[in-house]
Amino acid sequence: MIIELPDTTTGAVARALVQVRDEGGAVALGRVLTLVVDAADGDPEPAIEAANVASREHPCRIVVVCRCGSTGDQLDAQIRVGGDAGASEVIVLRAGPELLGHADTLITPLMLPDAPIVAWWPYEVPEEPSSDPIGVMAGRRISDSLACANPLDSLRGLRAAYAEGDTDLAWTRLTVWRGLLAAALDQPPYERVSRAVVAGNDVHPSVPLLAAWLAQALRCPVDLELSADAQGVTSVRLDRESGPIVLDRPDARVATLHQPGQPDRHIAMPLRTLTECLAEELRRMDPDEVYGEVLRDGLARVGVA
Amino acid sequence: MSRAVTAERNPLRDVRDRRLPRIAGPCGLVIFGVTGDLARKKLMPAVYDLANRGLLPPGFALTGFARRDWEDQDFAQVVHDAVREHARTPFREDTWRQLAEGIRFVQGEFSDDDAFDRLSATVAELDADQGTNGNHAFYLSVPPKAFPLVLEQLSRSGLAAQENGAWRRVVIEKPFGHDLASSRELNDVVSQVFAPEAVFRIDHYLGKETVQNLLALRFANQLFEPIWNSNYVDHVQITMAEDIGIAGRAGYYDGIGAARDVIQNHLLQLLALTAMEEPVSFDAQDLRAEKEKVLSAVRLPKDLGRHTARGRYAAGWQGGERVVGYLDEAGVAPSSTTETFAAVRLDIDTRRWAGVPFYLRTGKRLGRRVTEVAVVFKRAPHLPFESTATEELGKNALVIRVQPDEGVTLRFGSKVPGTSMEVRDVTMDFGYGHAFTESSPEAYERLILDVLLGDPPLFPRQQEVELSWQILDPIINYWSRHGAPESYPSGSWGPPSADAMMARDGRAWRRP
Repeated sequence: MIIELPDTTTGAVARALVQVRDEGGAVALGRVLTLVVDAADGDPEPAIEAANVASREHPCRIVVVCRCGSTGDQLDAQIRVGGDAGASEVIVLRAGPELLGHADTLITPLMLPDAPIVAWWPYEVPEEPSSDPIGVMAGRRISDSLACANPLDSLRGLRAAYAEGDTDLAWTRLTVWRGLLAAALDQPPYERVSRAVVAGNDVHPSVPLLAAWLAQALRCPVDLELSADAQGVTSVRLDRESGPIVLDRPDARVATLHQPGQPDRHIAMPLRTLTECLAEELRRMDPDEVYGEVLRDGLARVGVA
Repeated sequence: MSRAVTAERNPLRDVRDRRLPRIAGPCGLVIFGVTGDLARKKLMPAVYDLANRGLLPPGFALTGFARRDWEDQDFAQVVHDAVREHARTPFREDTWRQLAEGIRFVQGEFSDDDAFDRLSATVAELDADQGTNGNHAFYLSVPPKAFPLVLEQLSRSGLAAQENGAWRRVVIEKPFGHDLASSRELNDVVSQVFAPEAVFRIDHYLGKETVQNLLALRFANQLFEPIWNSNYVDHVQITMAEDIGIAGRAGYYDGIGAARDVIQNHLLQLLALTAMEEPVSFDAQDLRAEKEKVLSAVRLPKDLGRHTARGRYAAGWQGGERVVGYLDEAGVAPSSTTETFAAVRLDIDTRRWAGVPFYLRTGKRLGRRVTEVAVVFKRAPHLPFESTATEELGKNALVIRVQPDEGVTLRFGSKVPGTSMEVRDVTMDFGYGHAFTESSPEAYERLILDVLLGDPPLFPRQQEVELSWQILDPIINYWSRHGAPESYPSGSWGPPSADAMMARDGRAWRRP
């Protein structure tokens, strides 16, 4: 069900939400968080779609603020519940730049009581997420440097402005890589890694982040092999005395783990979808300290600062 | 100098890094009884879902063992169909293709030495081709009477032997015996072949999110634990009701019955988790210590006739469908005295629970499918209202819904709107969310992953199994001397004697 509320206020939207619940009764309570999506000038629909699917794991209220071409000082709202909103309720607020300048007080009436607030910028990220009006309200701030016009610059910006609670989807996209690499080191022979090489796309922010994580955790030299036509991260090599562990994923679909003296092992490892990443982000509400260290100290170790 | 890597310390693992998934090391899973329902509906889909979530190691191998005359491809097709039909996560061609690479099938009877030698060769081949490194888990999804034979074969063919730091583990499903003596016999057979820490007894209830949430609810909150005792709790009801009959499993069910099938494992485990003291930590050992303590403090009623009840479903109409009675099910002997409904009162002799009875009931062909733990509180000692105002006020209750519609309900009194004071029961409801459950992992995913990781907290050990048989044996013996169980109509909530048993204590069953 979609309810249009043209030229309205967020107080009226909040009242409309209560009314929908009273009349329909279908809207579940038990929401665990409020997800604020700041789509700015971008198209909010892909973000809403991803958030709806993620809400099946984390029932939430989704509040989307966007320009969507609006220039005046009028607020248009839309409420989506039931089949149009997954396990969530979606409130889309369309407003011009002046209203969006006060986004915090605009959305305040719509925040769930007590529940944590998560801010997500699916497109361009503010210069300093933690002091952005919406970012200040949020305990967790999700950016997506890959979706920015200049991903590596955005990553550097995030590094300079890092505050506890920040997180970036370029980091989330690495979880599967990191899990497999850590699992490989769980097995004998237990040897130091003397040197590591990370290969991947030259403007993909996940590539330097993975190198930074390895450098930070292993304290060994890490080299980057960059190319313009690679898809994301394509290969990681960990040099050890008995020979290198190599995890290869040339086609963004199937990865192969090479280890000295052992048969090659294959595993399906597709590029992670936005939904998967978002669901992972919403799983924890406390600051990701490891990400913070990798961003601040690890990147410097691999010369991306 | 870079950081050292040891077996205990992997520098890529950081306790603060909780995103990092626990991926099992190189290994394979061998399933005996792959043609069974459990394997098709639960195990194979769970394996695929784990693969899809990226939690299985690269090169994971799945081997089926059964009597059918199948080639590897035939078995792969069976797994494929099972995954397509029953997997929780979306079907991805790439995930499937990688999984399929490690699928093998070995044809044979359990008595056939040759078949087990072929299995041994297959496993060795997988070590060489897929890199399973000698680590294998054997899942015995077979009738318990086949356990001794399969275990003996595993031992004879050398499949159970752990060499060069590789592990071999065995997974067995309930029932773990049919009484104390037989559970000990079974354990003797198993422990001759596998070390205690290599034996994983699966009680899939313990893998359920809601059961694990019971621990979180009790021990992560300040709100509930202070009233979780005989000062405030009147009694506890633990119910597991099924709306289905025995569904063609007469061969398994007849002679076993509801008490052995459900109370011995699921309900006594739920009782233990509800009643136990706070464990020192959530390590397997500490958790088990508390469960064993509370199970060992369970006391049976003196007069078993007055405080237990059993029943057998009769023909009837259930939810708009005509269903046959238990005695008319295919394969059930007309002289059968097997119960399909069992209810017992248990007391726990500890300071916390003195005087608080625990009522356990389970049955087939009951009103609806539901499993829940209901903690029913005492009435407020004084009600400062006119007696007419609180006529409709029941006892407060905290209900943990294990399945379906997982969540927690709190029942309490609230004023009815209007001028006069009138208090009526209302419910406050926490649901994991109607759609949320779709995304939460199946119990079998968690359990299979724990087996592969060698992580035992959720698996009961032999001691717990023996303690629960000690509780149940006298009841079953008593029943066996008292003829056939009382009939109850299919689709009802059990026999009248179950209600009478509660009425004697001045209580009544909740309608779940």
